[in-house]
Order: sequence, then structure tokens, then C-alpha cells
Amino acid sequence: MSDTQHPDSHGSLEPVEEPIPNPGLHTHTWRPTDVDDHARRRAERQVSMLFGLSALCTVAFVVSYFTFKIGDNWDTFAGLGASTVFLGVFLGLALLFIGFGIIQWARKLMGDQEIVEMRHLAASSAEDRTATVEALELGIDESGFKKYKMVRRSLLMAVGLLGAPAVVMLRDLGPLPQQVENASKGTGLNHTLWGVGGTVRVLRDVVGTPIRASDLQIGDLVNAVPDGIFQLHGTALQEAKAKGAVIVVKMSPDEIVSQQGGDEDWSVNGIVVYSKICSHVGCPISLYERTTHHVLCPCHQSTFDLADSAKVVFGPAARHLPQLPLGVDEEGFLVATKDFQEPVGPSYWERDR
Amino acid sequence: MSIDTSKVAESNTTAATAKKPTKAGAVATWADDRLGLGTSMKKQLRKVFPDHWSFMLGEIALWSFVVLLLTGVFLTLWFDPSMAESEYQGAYDPLRGREMSQAMVSAVELSFDVRGGLLMRQMHHWAAHIFIAGMMIHMMRVFFTGAYRKPRELNWVIGCLLLLLGSLEGFTGYSLPDDLLSGTGVRAADGFLKATPVVGTYMSFFLFGGEFPGDAIIPRLYIIHVLLIPGLLLGLIAAHMLLLVYHKHTQWPGPGRTQQNVVGYPMLPVYAAKAGGFFFIVFGVVALLGGLFTINPVWKFGPYDPTKVTAGSQPDWYMGWPDGLLRIIPGWESVIGGFTLSWNVMIPILIVPPLMLTILILLPFLESWITKDNREHHLLERPRNRPTQTAIMVSLMTFYGIAWAAGGNDIIAIKLHLSINQITYFFRVMIFLGPLIAFIITRRWCISLQRHDEEKLLHGYETGIIMRSPEGGYSERHLPISNDAAYKITARPRDEVFVANGRIDENGVAAPGGKLDGLRGKLSALMFADNVQKPTAEELEAARHHAEHEHQLTAALDGHSADGHQFDGHHSVDDETLRGSH
Amino acid sequence: MRLLNRSAGRLSRHRRGPLAGLVVLLLGLLLTGGIYSMFSPGARADETATTAEDIAAGRELFLVGCAFCHGQNGEGVLTKRGTQYGPALTDVGAASVDFQVGTGRMPMAQPGQQAVRKAVVYTDEEIRQLSAFVDSLGTGPGIPDASVYELPSDFTDEERQEAITRGGQIFLTNCTACHNFDGSGGAMPRGGFAPTLRGVEAKHIYEALLTGPQSMPSFSDGNLTPEEKRDVIAYLKETEADPGYSGFSLGGLGPVAEGVFAWFLGIGGLVAVAIWIAGHTTRSTKKKPAVSSGSTSTTGADA
Repeated sequence: MSDTQHPDSHGSLEPVEEPIPNPGLHTHTWRPTDVDDHARRRAERQVSMLFGLSALCTVAFVVSYFTFKIGDNWDTFAGLGASTVFLGVFLGLALLFIGFGIIQWARKLMGDQEIVEMRHLAASSAEDRTATVEALELGIDESGFKKYKMVRRSLLMAVGLLGAPAVVMLRDLGPLPQQVENASKGTGLNHTLWGVGGTVRVLRDVVGTPIRASDLQIGDLVNAVPDGIFQLHGTALQEAKAKGAVIVVKMSPDEIVSQQGGDEDWSVNGIVVYSKICSHVGCPISLYERTTHHVLCPCHQSTFDLADSAKVVFGPAARHLPQLPLGVDEEGFLVATKDFQEPVGPSYWERDR
Repeated sequence: MSIDTSKVAESNTTAATAKKPTKAGAVATWADDRLGLGTSMKKQLRKVFPDHWSFMLGEIALWSFVVLLLTGVFLTLWFDPSMAESEYQGAYDPLRGREMSQAMVSAVELSFDVRGGLLMRQMHHWAAHIFIAGMMIHMMRVFFTGAYRKPRELNWVIGCLLLLLGSLEGFTGYSLPDDLLSGTGVRAADGFLKATPVVGTYMSFFLFGGEFPGDAIIPRLYIIHVLLIPGLLLGLIAAHMLLLVYHKHTQWPGPGRTQQNVVGYPMLPVYAAKAGGFFFIVFGVVALLGGLFTINPVWKFGPYDPTKVTAGSQPDWYMGWPDGLLRIIPGWESVIGGFTLSWNVMIPILIVPPLMLTILILLPFLESWITKDNREHHLLERPRNRPTQTAIMVSLMTFYGIAWAAGGNDIIAIKLHLSINQITYFFRVMIFLGPLIAFIITRRWCISLQRHDEEKLLHGYETGIIMRSPEGGYSERHLPISNDAAYKITARPRDEVFVANGRIDENGVAAPGGKLDGLRGKLSALMFADNVQKPTAEELEAARHHAEHEHQLTAALDGHSADGHQFDGHHSVDDETLRGSH
Repeated sequence: MRLLNRSAGRLSRHRRGPLAGLVVLLLGLLLTGGIYSMFSPGARADETATTAEDIAAGRELFLVGCAFCHGQNGEGVLTKRGTQYGPALTDVGAASVDFQVGTGRMPMAQPGQQAVRKAVVYTDEEIRQLSAFVDSLGTGPGIPDASVYELPSDFTDEERQEAITRGGQIFLTNCTACHNFDGSGGAMPRGGFAPTLRGVEAKHIYEALLTGPQSMPSFSDGNLTPEEKRDVIAYLKETEADPGYSGFSLGGLGPVAEGVFAWFLGIGGLVAVAIWIAGHTTRSTKKKPAVSSGSTSTTGADA
């Protein structure tokens, strides 16, 4: 029953103008499985076989679960973790076989006559809509919402104000930046552990040993942290690392074009120390090229020239990496003589205040 | 109010012959006595869904979401979202004895000490990739075919919100294990927050419970990931499906398929089987991916440590395009009145992505404002028949694609042996040029295809047979296309260019809104004036007469052996012989 | 079942059978005395004492293969613009030569930005002679001995595991930024790249750390101790020998490769299935016998 003539009730569903009249639905043609018993039985066997294979795979999944060891001593299969691979493959196949079986069933054996359903406008009928609008207006009217201005306004104000607790309640999610600002602990946006207690030794990251200036060779790169950091644990340690990490590089002293200390020399015999935290969005940055003295950020490819005040030579960063004023203590170890002279890491609104 | 189940049967014409109550009928009666579902179900059980492969793309997203729920529940049984410091003592040697957060400990234990845990983690992650990719290709299908038009605009908006929420859900999810890669991502997110004008540092301190990284972020992301966003997703998906059922699915025009009807297979059994079967296939593909291919090997990244980083630090693919913008933006920053504005973070993260989402949400409304089209649209259109709209989406996709590729510029550099700097410069230009070029090419391409369609309608298809006239001229023989094909080409609305001065009242004064009408008229002309409109019935008739005339001229040649057009793919060749038997 | 294989050829003793432990113990006892003298850090491999003939032979090789760029006496060659054509080799040491020539990076096919790993041109003997010659030109680290870059065989399981864990940490701090978490390599500025560390001999990794080839910063003994370098190598070798617990690694490149895979295999495969599901099945020209019910009606629910 091809339906190009629409009943009146659907009249407002505007038909598309048709220069060629709609040929109407084609007469149904049958599938081999509809008319041929042999084909039907074959399809039936096919579908049941798929379901059967699925069951086998599920069994294999359970067997794999109990067979293959993980933990200290993984069983392997062709160099891969046998447990993961076999569980995944058998679960996948078990599911796929069911899926393919059901779809094959639908394609070959289920009734496949297309049927026609009429559409309705999304809108409700005109009467319904009028009645609803009337009811709405009547309700509003009866409530006196329009009439009693003072009631209405005071209610709106009161309800509106209820937004305040929702916002205020979130206040204690964390402290304000200025509340954690403490130079003697190295906390807050403007301070790091490098400024805590006079001169601070530069320690190799991970192993925690101090660095003797004379031990470094030209071309060396040391990833370093401030002394005192390994006494910290947990959150305090992570927070200190997030601001205090530095890179120490040694180049020939005559290769240093400029530094950030102005008149002061912040280098020691060609050794310069810069913050490891990118000034763009804060990734640690230590992809150093000894030949060019450039250091690259792996996150967004900002490139800084460590021979030239760590100025930006490429990429999205807008500011140089802060330099750490460097000195040597009486034992010959590298020390920071004072904290960074500007906040490390990404910029923020009140950074330059 | 019990409903007689015989009514259900009546609506089901093929089953109406079954007089005796069946077992299923008995169950239905029992349920209906209590739930009264008969009234609503009688239509829904045999609800018609049209069949086309592109209508199943949304299902990819839906079913992978179900997989996400199932695998996610499994993961929560072991995962411990705590940043408390702990020492790993599990089975994976190279990490044993390392201090790390409880979250990371449980993520690695889940991978190495729980059988199938690694599989479930990987399935969850692959399903997330596929979930968002599925939503995107579904969205492209909806846009390219015009399925977002009235009455479906709200469903388009819901879809856009689902895409946004899905991406956020992904970000909060892959940040949970507290491994080096995800921690680097969270660190970047801290940078984004801090770059927010006025409230940046406050927002950062509130989110992290103090200085980055603090000990609050993982538990907070966790509850957002397992409760807040999934709840919103579920609600929006339910609304999305309800609206789909209410509006009924769109369909392609064709013989018997019109604006007023929907032709296809009934929900029960065929559509239910195909959709259900597809669920198992999506689930199965995810399981195979999870079993065979590594995703997010957190034990190799190690626990997050703010001093460490790895080359190839990238977010998951759906966050790749803002990351790409972050990579190609020049280092712009300004200090105004002592306050710092980091354009190099604000533009790629805080301005462009929300802007893109807004544009996406507004597309249907902008279009209907320009066209003033208040009709309902249930017939899909081919992308070529909406050249401007198609070009707009291709242009947006090109923007997305270039930003996305820029997010992988380091991988492109090492795999194609290129300079990362040159790639970045290239993308900096292409992010503007690419969408423009894509727009122009797509639009002209669509219009060319429309011309081709018109040509076929009026002059028939090219048979490939070259005829020589008695005068010695050569021409290719055209033959008319089938009636069905011709109908499909013509079953589309005619574009109307909005004329600005249409609403001037009798005193010669432009009606209110006249100024905007001028803009609307210009936009409308830009969008539709170049389109090829389908021929009218008269034009078709004239073309047919012309063709018949030509046909008479060449008729003498017909029936000769091997004139070739039997084998042009448009005719059945069962009874043809290459050499004529007569 | 040949493919299926328990305990996977791992290095660590506790994952082997009890016999393996015994063998390792015996080997350890046998070897301890023999290689004791070589244990001191920086010990040189030239136990077979470099002779004057070696240096002479090395010089011959050098003049033929290297001098064009590096100068007849390894003093380096400058271009007209004053930049290095081939850098001076007077103080690079034998380790540098062993690395550059031993990995095929030198001789370069053509002067360029970065020498790449390729087939090795010289024999081991020739490399030894070349190293000896360059070593004789000045100072610089020598070729390390296996005892320097391999974990001592008398390490207990615990010591061994601790060394690997420590090595992993040092690796993630100092190396992954350029070479990636899986040692798969990464991009550097202006077309440069950090090469993959997988499949590189332990000796060459050690030499690279020590000398900082090309753009790579060096990790001299004053920067990372020999033990620390050794631990990094132990970590790399351990993870290299690990099975793919999680399946195929997709190149160990991180999320970009995963995303590409999700689209091409995941979405691509599922769309292919969708096309099959919605595709039309074959039709028969036969008619169905008329007895069947319902074959005439295509009426919709509310028609």
C-alpha cells in the first residue's frame, strides 16, 4: 500500500513538490530463504552454528581465565600476555558470534516486509494547544502572580538569592592563593624551596646527591631539585617538585650570551640553572640540545635558548624560563644563592602585580 | 485500567490471525494488568525504523556507552581514587618499592594482579575512544543529510551537549590513574585554569584544594567521572532517544517514501534484532581491541611526578584539537594595567572550543533564520543538494582536522622525517586557509554534482556509445535514467532565496526588522542563489520530447548486434549475446 | 603449543625454575674471581692493550674514511662560513668513536643535520683500531667494559630489582623527555629527533650517555654515576624483555597512535559492519506460494 496521498489529518506536513510523480512502493520480492526450504534450512543451520561457536568461545574464555597466570609470572603467547590476549579474543569472539548470528537471523529468516507508518506533526492539535495555554494562563491568573507585584518580586529575589549558598558552599574547596603564600616554607605562587634558608644546594633528582661544580663537563644536563625536598613526603613533596624542578646545564662560559641577573653573574664556570617548568602551561621541560643550547617542551614545543637568558625562540610560550642565581658553597657544591626572582610556571592574572 | 491485549494484536497485522493467547500474550497480559503499558506499547512494538547504514552510526556511540557502563562498574570494584601516598608492592617488578598515590597503586594492581583487569581497563579506554568517535560521525551524518532541521533542532542541541559531556567524561577518566601522562595533562589543565582572567588562581586553588597537585584532584575527578557526568549523560541520552521515537526517524526519499510516512522494518522483530545484534558486535569489537592492542600502559609511564615528562605527551584524541591549537598559537601575552592576559592559553582553550561548540549548537537555528523555513523536514537530502551547508560542515571539519593534526605534530615529525618547526608554521597558515579552501572546493563540487544530476534527468545518462551521424559528426548517445532514479533526484525541496523587500507595507515603510531582513536576504542569496534547482514537470516533459526526437533519429541503428549499451551496467544482460544471433 | 611458553625467558631469577638459580649462582662464583679486576668504574676494555700497530692501522683507516670531514689529525674542518663541517675529534675519546662507528652513524653518507643509524661499515677490529687512533689524539672516555654497563651477576634478586626500579626512575627523569616513555624516540627542534632506544646494544647506550653524541646532552660520570647509568640500561633491557602484557604496543607512541587506531580499526570496522547490516539481501525471482498469511499487507500501525 504505497501512500502518496496523505490523509487530511496530516495535511500540514507539507509534501515535497514532485515534478515526477511518486512511483510508489515496489512490490515485495522474496528472499531465497522465503521461497526455498533448502535455503531456509541452510540459513537456520548457519545461525545456530554461529550461536554454537559463541558458546564455545565463552567456555574457552572461562578456561583461559583459570589457565593463564598473571602477576609475577605471566604466561606468554607469541611475546604477548596470554591472559589479556586470550580473554579479550574469546570474549570478543563470543560476543561477535552472537551479534553476527542475530543479524544473519534478521537478514535471512525474520519477516522482511517493509511496512509503512504515517507521521504526525510534532505539534499537538490546535485545540489541545489552546486548551493548555488557557489552563496555563488561568493558573497563573488564579495564583495572582501577575497581580501581586510585591509578592512576585520578593519571591523572585528570595529564590534568586538561594543561588548564593550554592556558590558560597564551594568556598572551602581550597584555600585562597594568598593564604598559602609563605616564603619561609617555600609555598604559594611566588615562592619555592630554593628560597628557604639561605643558600640551597642543588641536588640530582631521584638520587638526591649534591653536584660538585667541577664534576660537570661541557654538554652535561642534570635534572635537579632543591635540597630539603627529600625530607618531604606525599602532597608536600609533589607541590615542592612542581615548582622547584630545575635543569642544570654546562656550556663553555664564552657561549653564554646573556643571563637574567642583570649585572650579577648567576652562572658558575659556564653552568647555568633554569626552571624546568614551562612558562606556557607548566610541563616539565628538559629536551636539551647541547649544540644549540635550546631546550624544547614536549607538550607544545615551546623552545628556549639557555645560552641567551632562556628566551623563547619558538612556540607558544610568551616568557623566558626563570633563572636560578647560582653559586658554589665552601665544599664546592652548586647552591642557589636565592629564590627565583619571579613566579615559575604558567602565567596568571595577578602575576605581574 | 486494564487494556485488552487483543488490541495489541490488532495493530500487528501479521499476528492478528493468532486467535489463541500465546505464552508471550499471557506474560503481556500479566504485565499489563499491573502496568497498563498496552496503550503505549501497541504502537511502539511495531514502530517503523527505516534501514540505512548511516542510521546506525549513532548506535555505535550508544552501544559503546553501554560497554563503558559495564566495564566501568568492574573497574570501580578495585580502583581506589585516593592520592594518599603508598608504596607499590604488586607484581610488576620495575615499579616495586616505588612511592606513588593509592590511585596509581590500585590502577597497576588492577592491571597485574586482577585476572582480566587489564583487559577491562583497556576495553573501557577503547570504548571511550569509540564512544566519542561514534558521536562525531553520527553528528556529521545528521548534519550532511539535513536531519537536524525542524522538528529535530532540540535533539541536535542535546547531541552537541552529549559530545561536550562525553569529552569531559573522557578527560576526567583518563586522568584518574595518576600516571605520568595523565598527570601532565592535569598539570596543563592547571595552566588553563590559571590563565583564566580575574579568577584563574582562585579556580585552580579551589579545584586542587590548594597548590597543584595537592591531594584532592583525583577523588574529585573520580566522583565527577563516575556519578555526575554519567548521570547527565544517561539523562540526555534518554531524552535523545525519546525525541527520536516521538519524531520518528527521518528517511531517504524514494518510491513510496514521502514526507508523511516512514517506511522500514518494524521494531519487533527486525529492528530489535539488528540493533541488538549490533550491540554484541560493538561489544565484541571493543573486547578484541582491548585484548589485542595496548592502550594507556600506565605501568610504563610510572606514577605522576611533577619533575618528569615523556616525549609524545598528548591527550586522548578527542582533546587533541585544542592541544593542537595550543601548539600552533604564537606566544601572545599582554599585560594591561598590571594584569596578565595569556592569549596563548586563552585563545586555544578558553575561547575557541566554547566558540566552536556554540557555532555547532546554533547551526540549525542560523539556517532556519536565514531560510525562514517553518516546515517540518522528514526526508533527508543528499549533501550535494545543500552545497553551502555541506561546505560549512566540511570547513568546520577541516578546521578541526588541522588543529587535530597539529596536536600530533611531534609524531608527524618523527614518522615523516619532517621538521617540527616547519610543520608548526605550515599549520599556523593552514588553520585559516584550510577551512576557506575546503569551503570553496566543497561548495563548487556539490554544485557540479547537482549539474550532473540535472544533466542526467534532462538528457539521460552517458552510455559510452559514440554515434556517427551521416554528416560525419560524432556524438555520445544518452539514454534516460530509470523512473525510480529520476524520482529520487527530484524528491527534494526547491531552495528559495529570501527577498529582502518582501515585507514593505502599503505606505512604503519597511516592516520592523527590515534591517536584519537585508542581511538575511544577502545570506540567503549567498547560500542558495548558485544552487541548481530541480527541473519543473514542464522542463522534464520538454526534455523527454527532445530525447524522443533524437531517439527516432537513431532508432534505425537499434537492435543491431553489439551496439554496446546492453552492457553498460544499466540493463539486464541475461538474454544478451555479444554477437547478435539474428 | 610451541608458541605458548611459560616464564617467557625473563631475566629475573625468581621467575625461573629452581635450577636456573643454581646455574646463575655457579656462574657467578666462577666469574667473580676472573672479572674482579675489571669491576672498578670506568675500567677500559682494552685489556688486549692497544698497540702502536693498532694506532697506525687506525690512522690509515681514518685518513681514508674520516679525514675528509674531520681533518687529517682529527682537528675538525670548518666551512667557509666558519661553522663546523666535521667537528674536532681530539678530545672525544674512544667511546665516542665506538658508538658513532659501531652503530653505523659514522661515516655519514652526506653531511647533514643528524647522523642516523645505518648498517655498520667497519669490522669490529677496524672499529677498535679507529678508536685507538682517535683515543691517542687527546683525552676522552674509553670504551666501557661489560662489567660497567651490566648488572653484576652476583646481585641478589632484591638488589637486581632495586637497581631496575632505580634505573626506571632515572630513565623517566633524564631520558623519557626526548626518548619517550617506551624508549620509542621523539621529535626535536628543526627536524632533529631522538632515536629509539629499543634494540640498541647496552654498550652503545652507555657510550651515548657518556659522550652525548651530536645534539644529545652528555651524562658524564660527574653527572650520572656509572652505577646510575648501568641501572638505566638494566631497566631498558628488563622492559625490553618483558612480554607485551597488554597486547601489541602500537609503536609505543602514546595517545596519537591510539586515536588513529580507534578511528581506523574501531570506527572503520564498525561502519563496515553497519553497511553489512543495512545492506540488501539477495532476492529471488520466485513467487511465494499464496497460502502464506500476511504477505499482502504492509499496513502500518495506524493505517
